[in-house]
Amino acid sequence: MEQNATSPSNQGHPSNLRRVAIDPISRVEGHGRITLLLDDENHIHEARFHIVEFRGFEKFIQGRPYWEVPFLVQRLCGICPVSHQLAAAKAVDQLVGVERLTPTAEKLRRLLHFGQTLQSHALHFFHLSSPDLLFGFGSNPAQRNIVGVLDKYPELALKGVKLRKYGQQVIAAIAGKRIHGTATVPGGMNKILSIAERDALLVDIKDILAWSQDALALNEQIHTANPEHRDFATIRSNFLSMVGSGGELEIYHGGLRARSASGATIFDQFDYRGYQQIIREEVRPWSYMKFPFLIELGKEQGWYRVGPLARVNNCNFISTPLAEAARKRFREFGQGGFVHDTLAYHWARMIEALHCAEAIYMLLHDDEITGTDLVADLGEKRREGIGVIEAPRGTLFHHYQIDEEGLITKANLIVSTTGNNQAMNESVRSVANEYLDGHEITEGLLNHLEVAVRAYDPCLSCATHALGKMPLQVELLDADGALLDRLTKGSNGMIERTL
Amino acid sequence: MGEEANTITHNTIYIDGQPVTFEAGQTIMDAAFSAGVYIPHLCHRPGLTPHGSCKLCVVDIGSRGVSFHNSDRRVQTKFSVDIDGRSVSACTTPAVAGQQISNNTPALNEVRKTITQMLFIEGNHICPSCEKSGDCTLQAMAYHLGMLDGHFPQFFPRREVDASHPTVMLDRDRCILCELCVRASREVDGKNVFAIAGRGITAHLIVNSSSGKLVDSDLETNDMAAHICPVGAILIKEHGYEVPIGRRTFDLHQVGEIGLEKVILANGHGKYATPDDETRHARFPVPNPLPQAGEGANESLREFHVNVRHTDE
Repeated sequence: MEQNATSPSNQGHPSNLRRVAIDPISRVEGHGRITLLLDDENHIHEARFHIVEFRGFEKFIQGRPYWEVPFLVQRLCGICPVSHQLAAAKAVDQLVGVERLTPTAEKLRRLLHFGQTLQSHALHFFHLSSPDLLFGFGSNPAQRNIVGVLDKYPELALKGVKLRKYGQQVIAAIAGKRIHGTATVPGGMNKILSIAERDALLVDIKDILAWSQDALALNEQIHTANPEHRDFATIRSNFLSMVGSGGELEIYHGGLRARSASGATIFDQFDYRGYQQIIREEVRPWSYMKFPFLIELGKEQGWYRVGPLARVNNCNFISTPLAEAARKRFREFGQGGFVHDTLAYHWARMIEALHCAEAIYMLLHDDEITGTDLVADLGEKRREGIGVIEAPRGTLFHHYQIDEEGLITKANLIVSTTGNNQAMNESVRSVANEYLDGHEITEGLLNHLEVAVRAYDPCLSCATHALGKMPLQVELLDADGALLDRLTKGSNGMIERTL
Repeated sequence: MGEEANTITHNTIYIDGQPVTFEAGQTIMDAAFSAGVYIPHLCHRPGLTPHGSCKLCVVDIGSRGVSFHNSDRRVQTKFSVDIDGRSVSACTTPAVAGQQISNNTPALNEVRKTITQMLFIEGNHICPSCEKSGDCTLQAMAYHLGMLDGHFPQFFPRREVDASHPTVMLDRDRCILCELCVRASREVDGKNVFAIAGRGITAHLIVNSSSGKLVDSDLETNDMAAHICPVGAILIKEHGYEVPIGRRTFDLHQVGEIGLEKVILANGHGKYATPDDETRHARFPVPNPLPQAGEGANESLREFHVNVRHTDE
């Protein structure tokens, strides 16, 4: 399995390195596997966060008709299907020659995506990450889950559950279902938002605004009051995100902006249809997930981070007042520079959640949202379409080519998690360096590694975090490959040393 | 009809004990339709020649000993006559006075469910991304029969997609070999665009053209054959997911509603106009009229079309 990787950090001879493999026992959905390569000095030489699932969407949508694609690819994910549907729909718009949607259709798509982002962010923080942050990374796994939060902080947990529910209600009103609905058609939307549906969403919006502020305040407080959170898994990186034409935070449509760790602009307002000129993907033999990098900076320096931390760092301002005030405090915390703290992802995420709540409020008060002109005039058909959107976890690229019959011939998807691939490896290495002690794998190490990964992406860890029952196996191998130690954590949470 | 039949009960059959009158020449399915009794079916469509291929309309006949002899074995097979304790297709079996027919029984519905499961696993029915979801009679049937899984191992067959036609697409992954398109093309459109070739598990839908491709066939967008597919095998290209969830055929109807065939056909065409909800497609491309019956079409189907058009308005 372990071969010479092209990773810049793998300059040493693998034969001289010890391998610490953390393998899930069962193939749970979205699980990750971590290998830690030690050198002779017992330092972590390299961390490999393996993605061992093979999804194959890019391959098996070949030969399918283009108008089916948004609904096929949204099945990539059960948490952010709307983002996939919308990214694909934006590509399909190009295929049918639509440059500009009708105002109502664009607002409906935005409302849909704000609902998506709100519910995903609420899920990510409250259901998946708040147990770590509220109870401590090394606390009892029996308590460190959403049920534990409900028990100890019932009011807070309930707000989280309701925030998510509201986001899903927005989605259901537009797409017909909370998960995997249908909303888009080539050049528009398939359904108006009725006045009754809008009014139903208006009922709770003030509570949602208040709870989003509470969630933000909690995250801000947790991060600023715990100095150890500043350094945990923290790495300095480039940031990539979409911004609006004025440089504002933008999650539906805009230009690409990349900035270096120190804040220098690498490119800005870049038309995403030319993404192949600025981003390339590297394949490494030990993972099914590719490693994208900015071509200008090259493979070694060009990796970047995406998602809430990238977006809030990268934007000039946020168009809604409460979120903008929060962004300014975030900015002050970074003392004028970027905040690189990995755990500040959660803080940035809640700033965005508040922005979503505010934006939903504004759109629900916009008369055009209940308009009936849903589909733009279709223009000249094209053979290639590229749709990009800011999904909850980061910049999401959908790129399709079709033949003269309308069937997909080629597809390239750079999903958000992929954008953070190298960053997750770096964060895992940082945590392992700090918490691996000698030749023994401890439960504490596992927990800390999970927390680091979870800051980026719940898709890989949600199933494994479920009620603290992450099935996991840890092996410690010496330089000759002999087994020194093995720790097994079953799906019942029991830990066994099975040497 | 045998004389014995008349001596027992004049023009009445009994479906699950309920007396149902019939007219001479009607099948059990016809009689049930007229009486508003639902017998599950996928390949049957009033007005088209009964086909008896899906076998979902299987019913048990436990008669009062009425028998009918015909020396021609083929006729006997096609129009099997009531024989004690026999399972037959309701769509191809003539109603005979006095028949005692079991239809809506747990045992028969279990058999129907098994047949439906086999239809699912034999093709590639990926409901989650299929644009026919919610408008698909096969899917609705699975719900109706309480099917919760495929039960059998998936075949995952390799089947060809034919998107060569400018407006109609053929996705054989979803074909259940019901031959509704074959019959609609032959009997309504007067064209013979489709046929089934191969036998048994190799049976597949073929296109009557020099290249075998739809583009070289006589098929036109307005043909009934382009709209009658009960699953997502034949679809109008570049339209899909236009009907919002909640407004699709089986969001609004139960598959067991009598006369639903008309609604399904109109809704299938209803990417352009639909009797369910005249506003739901107002935004999408201008309605195409439903096809007129072609040469050689039978009269009842012509009438059927008129009815559908009328419903549209």
